[in-house]
Amino acid sequence: MSTFIHLDNVSKTYPGSDVPAVAALNLDIPKGEVLVLVGPSGCGKSTTLRLINRMIEPTGGRIIFDGEDVTDVDADLLRRRIGYVIQQIGLFPHRTIAENIGTVPHLLGWNDDRISARVDELLDMVGMDPGIYRDRYPKELSGGQAQRVGVARALGADPEVLLMDEPFGAIDPITRDRLQNEFLRLQADLQKTIVFVTHDIDEAIKMGDRIAILRDQSTIAQLDTPEAILAHPANNFVEDFLGSGAILKGLNLKRIRDLDLTDVTTIKMPESRDQVAAALDRSTDGYVLTLDERDRPLRWIDSGDMDQPEALSEAGVAVRVRVEPEDTLRDALEQMLQSVTGTAVCVDRDGRYQGAVRIELLTSFLEEMQQAERARQSAEVRR
Amino acid sequence: MDGIRSFIDFINGRWDEVLELTVEHAIYIVTVIAAATVVGVGVGIWVRHRPVAREVALAIASVFLTLPSLALFTLFLPIVGLGFWGPFIALFMYALLPILRNTVTGLSEVSPAVLESARGMGLGSRQRLWQVQMPLAWPVIITGIRVSALLTAGIAAIATLVAGGGLGDFIKDGLARYGLPNGVESIWTGTILIIGLALFFDLIFTFIHRATTSPGLR
Repeated sequence: MSTFIHLDNVSKTYPGSDVPAVAALNLDIPKGEVLVLVGPSGCGKSTTLRLINRMIEPTGGRIIFDGEDVTDVDADLLRRRIGYVIQQIGLFPHRTIAENIGTVPHLLGWNDDRISARVDELLDMVGMDPGIYRDRYPKELSGGQAQRVGVARALGADPEVLLMDEPFGAIDPITRDRLQNEFLRLQADLQKTIVFVTHDIDEAIKMGDRIAILRDQSTIAQLDTPEAILAHPANNFVEDFLGSGAILKGLNLKRIRDLDLTDVTTIKMPESRDQVAAALDRSTDGYVLTLDERDRPLRWIDSGDMDQPEALSEAGVAVRVRVEPEDTLRDALEQMLQSVTGTAVCVDRDGRYQGAVRIELLTSFLEEMQQAERARQSAEVRR
Repeated sequence: MDGIRSFIDFINGRWDEVLELTVEHAIYIVTVIAAATVVGVGVGIWVRHRPVAREVALAIASVFLTLPSLALFTLFLPIVGLGFWGPFIALFMYALLPILRNTVTGLSEVSPAVLESARGMGLGSRQRLWQVQMPLAWPVIITGIRVSALLTAGIAAIATLVAGGGLGDFIKDGLARYGLPNGVESIWTGTILIIGLALFFDLIFTFIHRATTSPGLR
């Protein structure tokens, strides 16, 4: 893959300071890659990101975009070619959602029809109905919706490059997870070149094609794929930063779609008690999962529930949590721990039942990882 | 009841004068507010990135507001003589502070995240000012203008002391003939018309505020 963004000895020293905030950084980011900059607070990761679109002017080095030296071009024109998403989003409160998303296309002089069509396309892309949202104002949005609009606005003029500074940092964990998954799905189609800053190593592992772990003055402690970093931390700093629970973090690397889903016994409702009882007899694990007429999972029923007088629609335990194919094995583990049956139900985007993830699937995956880790350690001991 | 009847008789006898003085009074309000808005907002914009200049400008405008109005109106007599300009300058000095201070406050209260994202999308500094900062600061600025308009409506009554005309004439005449026929009626006429004029301008500014503020900010 060809390099799209090249930082050549880029540095930043603030006036009146002897110590550079960013010291001679070299970085190559290939086209279509998500590079995550991660590190402790104060390591200069945000500064580094802001050097790329020259929100902060570098004091040394060159910034090359697709072969073009952009270190000295007009900064405003440069920024219109780069999508920029920040944690606080910064939507314009006095403008409608459509006007917000159309900001950069408007600056670039697109005509109204083209902007309008683009706004609808982008709202669709981030899963918001244009008919409902385009004429609303930012104050009417939830945090998650506002961040979706923030991403749509950054994609406004279809930039090649997207810079994201802790974009999901201020959002509650459940919504953050969903946004991360949606974003990964989007990126699979869009193939933008993305630089993503976070202080959360789990997010870095989940989002990054490659991760740069930064220490003081934005020096690179290790730059590699998440798998390689987890398996082979380059030094003590990286090991400390990864922290304990490397195995659990490894679960972030694999997605449910990578697994062969288990089938559980299901029955489509409405159905008679006899049919449900018959399904329970067929079931190998003592549970049957009821589905509604559109294949969406409803409840777990076991034989004990059949003795109770309630209607079938009230029997057993409701399926409250579901996972989607884009979710990580870590998400699945969390859902399993909350499920009575120790099984996470996997559904597609429309909520239709796809299969189940059993704890055995995870344990066998963990065993593989541990074996790989042991093999690596013994290899190191021999060396 | 007698008081009200004689008051109505007083006005009925002098519609021409009532109209003329009300218009004179309104002209003070309109011209002073227009000038103070241009200067107050202009200076407010200019000092937004200049902390020292900002403090100096606010201090000067504050001092203006503390000057006794009686002294201020006569202060310019030697330079501009009797008539319109002395009161105009004095009222302008009074009207400046609310507008300037609200412009400074409004601009400084614009969220840094909004400005950061505006800059990050490639809006230049002038585009950020007119497309982002001013629309967001506008509700605060227009509130300052409204306060200034009410202030001006009240203080403009003193213009009469330097032969500047306006509804203050009724009050001054009434005071001069206090105890004589129509003395009290004249004071009442001036006072009530000034209050009426102030409420009228307040209504206009309420309307302008609504019409010019984005629904996203309400």
